[in-house]
Amino acid sequence: MSEAIRIYVPIDAAALSVGAEVVAQAVAKEAQARGIAVEFIRNGSRGMLWLEPMVEVETGEGRIAYGPVAAKDVATLFEAGFQNGGPHGLRLGPVDELDWLKRQQRLTFERVGVTDPLSLADYRAHDGLKGLEKALSLTGVEIVEEVKASGLRGRGGAGFPTGIKWKTVHDAGATQKYIVCNADEGDSGTFADRMLMEGDPFLLIEGMAIAAIAVGATRGYIYLRSEYPHAHKALQRAILKARNAGVLGASVLGSGKAFELEVRLGAGAYICGEETSLLESLEGKRAIVRAKPPIPALQGLFGKPTIVNNVLSFAAVPWILTHGAKAYADYGMGRSRGTLPVQLGGNVRRGGLIELAFGISLREIIEDIGGGTLSGRPIRAVQVGGPLGAYLTAQQLDTPMDYEALAGIKAMLGHGGIVVFDDSVDMARQARFAFEFCAKESCGKCTPCRIGATRGVELVDKIIAGHERPKNLAVLRDLNKLMTDASLCAMGGLTPMPVMSALNHFFEDFDRPPAERLPLAAE
Amino acid sequence: MVHYPAWDQDEARSIVSGLSHLEGATLPILHALQEEFGYVDPQAVPLIAEALNLSRADVHGTISFYHDFRTAPPPRRIVKLCRAEACQALGCEALVEDLAREHGIVVDSHDGHHDAVVETVYCLGNCALGPSALVEGELVGRVDADRIAALCGAQQ
Repeated sequence: MSEAIRIYVPIDAAALSVGAEVVAQAVAKEAQARGIAVEFIRNGSRGMLWLEPMVEVETGEGRIAYGPVAAKDVATLFEAGFQNGGPHGLRLGPVDELDWLKRQQRLTFERVGVTDPLSLADYRAHDGLKGLEKALSLTGVEIVEEVKASGLRGRGGAGFPTGIKWKTVHDAGATQKYIVCNADEGDSGTFADRMLMEGDPFLLIEGMAIAAIAVGATRGYIYLRSEYPHAHKALQRAILKARNAGVLGASVLGSGKAFELEVRLGAGAYICGEETSLLESLEGKRAIVRAKPPIPALQGLFGKPTIVNNVLSFAAVPWILTHGAKAYADYGMGRSRGTLPVQLGGNVRRGGLIELAFGISLREIIEDIGGGTLSGRPIRAVQVGGPLGAYLTAQQLDTPMDYEALAGIKAMLGHGGIVVFDDSVDMARQARFAFEFCAKESCGKCTPCRIGATRGVELVDKIIAGHERPKNLAVLRDLNKLMTDASLCAMGGLTPMPVMSALNHFFEDFDRPPAERLPLAAE
Repeated sequence: MVHYPAWDQDEARSIVSGLSHLEGATLPILHALQEEFGYVDPQAVPLIAEALNLSRADVHGTISFYHDFRTAPPPRRIVKLCRAEACQALGCEALVEDLAREHGIVVDSHDGHHDAVVETVYCLGNCALGPSALVEGELVGRVDADRIAALCGAQQ
């Protein structure tokens, strides 16, 4: 028998959501019927989500991509000789030559879509575990210095320097310290954590292990949102494999240093993305935010010094240790160093994940890479940074993706999610939704958030209905200022951002006679 | 379609005791009970409180805080429909209206007249392929009116 042909069909949840599983089955069945030996690899997604399910076949000229493939296309693909890279209407060409991939700077996502996510051998063959091996040759202080020098800032949204957080935990004297991964990526428009956990889970494990070695922590938790069942399975399997291979456990890679890691599932509460709420939830309580200080670095999980970082922050660390802090810091602009995995979603033609150095403009991402709206209608609004991020106008899209540049136009980068809306959007309705979401998801501890959000919904309703509009607009502005200034955490403190940006940039939607409103707003 | 066994206090007790050694065991226990029985019966509250040395109020408070935990047996089929911004940009709210108008299915209503219940979730991480739904652990992308109706088992 000739050597098996290697075919890649993604197992990423987004690819599965548009039929990757039936395509994989169809390919297996067709190959069998034709007597063609196939080695299947279920890889992560390359991030070109509009091309999913994207099937790749390994040929003498590298991996050739076909997509989007439907089960009904499989027979014609084989007829066209796709198993040897043959021509077909769905043939996209050598995957490494695709424009979407070529223009990226993939550091954190370098293996996602390339490797088998659950093969530790594949992980090692693609430079996996080199960062951890390097870390084990350094002192804790040296690891922390390396992370500091890289300029890495928390990728979860707040942008706090990761090395400084680690230094605080390193210097804290305690018999027990914890590493906690905030994998409660709940922002609409963000899916980088999910793709990474499904597409390269060992990278997160390696990053957390490096953090543990750096600060002397022996236990770690990944707090994962329950909305990600596929990521849950991938992480559980990867942790088991890592433990069996001695990457985790009583002696990490034979170093004599212990690190035990466990996944904990959330239960559908957005507020758990707030680090102190997350800690309360991990402790088994209602996820009510804690007042800071004390900071979690000093009194975190069960009152012990704790590193709480986002998935992408931990996942950036192995690359930094492997290639050096300077190589990482050479990417980016100003105080935003390294790369940012940008997630492009909503009403966009070519949505997906793009990892790039900081500094690319929103317009380049949305129009050039993303191809504009899916509906073909003009872009009206773009929300950047999740449900608590600002709505920007089409005129503001020349702003670069950079923490400070976005703050300069009263917006925020958040987790790097971009959601595109066409001209059918009613921005008064989006402002109402921001309050409604806050009212539903508020933990209830502080009054500005708990009561303010509900009052906000009522106010927007009155404004939409044309009831005492000038008076209620004044109250709305006052309420927003109060919530910004007096809320305990980002939930209440940032809900005014989408509301005020909608109000300031799209005032016409708040000032329309009720009869002229689009039908959906009249609910 | 998932079928759950009826609540069994002894079985519940053994699930609780099997997990009570974990640090912060409450959520893992609640998830395990819900996975077994489809919900967390109020009878579990004293069991958990005793095993973890918590007050019953603490345990009840935790159960009631989280959207995921239910305290009565689930409907036969649950369709979780994403209604966050990215799916809104792709028309999920029109789907919500269509379900109510064409099929009498009101999202987040548990009136018991339908086999399927559609529940709101905020973000399934499929923001480039929305509108999205999660049905029995499987993610479905590019949902349209016919597809959501079919997922609910409604007549076309």
